[in-house]
Amino acid sequence: MQGKIIEIWVGVFVLAGLLALAMLAFKVGNLANGGSGDSFRVIAHFDNIGGLNIKAPVTMAGVRVGRVSAINVDRERYNAVVEIDIEAQYDNLPKDTIASILTAGLLGSQYIGLEPGGDEKFLAEGDQISFTQSAIVLEHLIGQLLFGKASGDN
Amino acid sequence: MESTNACARASAGIPNLIMIEMLRALGAWVILFVNRLGRAGVFLWVIVVSAAARLRRFGLVVQQLFAVGVLTLLIILVAGLFVGMVLGLQGYYTLVDFGAESSLGLAVALMLTRELGPVLSALLFAGRAGSALTAEIGLMKATEQLAAMEMMAVDPISHVVAPRFVAGVIALPLLAAMFTAIGVLGGYIVGVGQLGVDSGVYWSAMQEGVDFYDDILNGVIKSVVFGIVVTWIAVFEGYDAEPTSRGVSRATTRTVVTASLAVLGLDFLLTALMFGEV
Repeated sequence: MQGKIIEIWVGVFVLAGLLALAMLAFKVGNLANGGSGDSFRVIAHFDNIGGLNIKAPVTMAGVRVGRVSAINVDRERYNAVVEIDIEAQYDNLPKDTIASILTAGLLGSQYIGLEPGGDEKFLAEGDQISFTQSAIVLEHLIGQLLFGKASGDN
Repeated sequence: MESTNACARASAGIPNLIMIEMLRALGAWVILFVNRLGRAGVFLWVIVVSAAARLRRFGLVVQQLFAVGVLTLLIILVAGLFVGMVLGLQGYYTLVDFGAESSLGLAVALMLTRELGPVLSALLFAGRAGSALTAEIGLMKATEQLAAMEMMAVDPISHVVAPRFVAGVIALPLLAAMFTAIGVLGGYIVGVGQLGVDSGVYWSAMQEGVDFYDDILNGVIKSVVFGIVVTWIAVFEGYDAEPTSRGVSRATTRTVVTASLAVLGLDFLLTALMFGEV
């Protein structure tokens, strides 16, 4: 009898541990909504990425469809190469999709917004997004505003 | 003239003698340390070999799972709840200054899954279960039960040490998962229930930012490593204890100190390896 009670308690213990792990996976983590599952990788060149970070979200119409997986400098063109992992279910993005770096909120973090084009061919693994729009750098914007104002006064 | 010279030579010799004595003490300590490390390594190898055979007859392991797992459950759950509640409070007071209290769930969950869950449950495990393992095995040695088993051609490593080792390695990851889960709930109680963070935002910010592979699975790997190291230290200190009451008490203290330091040091190494490139 004593042995049975011990076995029951151990069963409860192991079950509770596995349940906790399942809760972590589905309730705390992102395994429920696909996790970092199947995806295909495309690249995009930007003149300036501003404050974009690795793992920043990639959205289409405000819905997250992927993540930024790597950011490097192109050694020949001197601009930024951003590698984007797009979830495999979104395999019908037109080839002439526009990628622009946007900001969430006034001081928020930066993300990539995709704007679908009209091409009949779709983006696939290893493709390049040719139409891109760089991040808006606040200093450049203020600079343009000041110079525009000065030239207007003349 | 002769005597003053000797006197001078002797007074110059005393600091030298102290230096040599200190060097000797250092050398003796290092030799002892390396010696113990080598014995502990061989011991681990022997345990792992006999643990593989032990997995077929699981009865003794289940008994030990009760001793190291079920009996540690309460302290883990209570500690996890309070740690989560404190994280909720402190996180809220810090984040609200930046208007970012919507990230509270993410902050609590990341801290728990990556660091506090595995590390704090390993420290509690070393104090609650590790010390008990060392005392039990040390006392078996002091009362010559282990020698008696050997006399009866029963291998004490395969019957006493290996089941405890396997049980510890299985129990700690489960305990750490429970610690993390109840900590997240504790943060929820304080953050949502008391301080008025929105419930949906608490969970969705968490799911947005916590990655299953990068964060949760790495936390589980950490707790498996801690389980191996803590249980290994505990059973080795017990098996290697001086077979006197004083020796057993010192071995128990050493288990808690060494295991805690090993967990904290290893945690830094593992964190640097796992999260360095993200």
